[in-house]
Amino acid sequence: MRVAVITFPGSNCDQDCYRSVEVAGGTPSYVWHRETSLGDADAVIVPGGFAHGDYLRPGAIARFSPIMDAVIAFGRDGGLVVGICNGFQVLCEAGMLPGALLRNRSLRFQSHDCHLRVERTGTPFTADYLRGQVLRMPLSHADGNYYADPETLAGLEAEGRVVFRYSDDRGDVTQPANPNGSLNNIAGIVNARGNILGMMPHPDRAFEAALGSVDGLPLFRSLVGANVAVGAGNTREVA
Amino acid sequence: MEGEALLSRFTVEVLVTPRPGLLDPQGKAIHHALASLGYDTIEDVRVGKAIYLDVAAGSPAEATERVEEACRKLLANPVTEDFRVTAAAGGTETAAGGVR
Repeated sequence: MRVAVITFPGSNCDQDCYRSVEVAGGTPSYVWHRETSLGDADAVIVPGGFAHGDYLRPGAIARFSPIMDAVIAFGRDGGLVVGICNGFQVLCEAGMLPGALLRNRSLRFQSHDCHLRVERTGTPFTADYLRGQVLRMPLSHADGNYYADPETLAGLEAEGRVVFRYSDDRGDVTQPANPNGSLNNIAGIVNARGNILGMMPHPDRAFEAALGSVDGLPLFRSLVGANVAVGAGNTREVA
Repeated sequence: MEGEALLSRFTVEVLVTPRPGLLDPQGKAIHHALASLGYDTIEDVRVGKAIYLDVAAGSPAEATERVEEACRKLLANPVTEDFRVTAAAGGTETAAGGVR
């Protein structure tokens, strides 16, 4: 599984994502944001950081980087795309995922471990998790407060597109466990087709014991093991 | 040159504001600060941003139209923000577009 990791000026988790893919058994490569092709990639990761300095709104300028036309087309064709933290913000700005990430309710930059409850396992990103499993991994953001209009939110819930929710360490979804004010404690969602994932917490900072948690590794294992890749140079069918 | 439209430079103000009903934590914090200073008649605070653009155009209406398009594309996020565009009435001469 060849995984393209996009690097924008200001990305700072591209190396974490690269290494996560490697540890999970995949073949990562960096793709600079000025490129216009994803080459033979089977999947794409849009990593965290502060692309283009977060100016205007996080992700707003990155969304128009030259590589994004290829990423949007790749996702539209069913290719697997993961946006983590700033990457999630970029995917929302690009219209690849619904809603937006607003300033944290606390107005503070939050940087600490959080707990997540796995709500969906039948995705190419969560196949190696158990439903209801509680994960611990870091989060690190100022704008992670997930918002969508009531109709969109109801649709996400009805279609089971909320993949991760902030919870306490027992898996109870509570307001004290909500680090940023996200509606319904939403930490990660997929698009209607299920091939595009966005999440604020960092599985790419929880893939080996030395980092304090390995709870993010199954996400990359699921991705690398997914047999639903439909890349530009790849004609395998979506399952 | 003969027949070429004369362009003027208009200063265009864009006000980007959080949509009604949307949680605005910044506005809330400022509201609390104002209340603690005794401004108890200020009932609500919403914080947005102002963006100023210098636009070469044939008329204020043309400048406004251009900027509204830019707002829909980039300057505002339609999911969370509203925008209002105002072009100053009087333009000044600009080198762009062949002003003689």
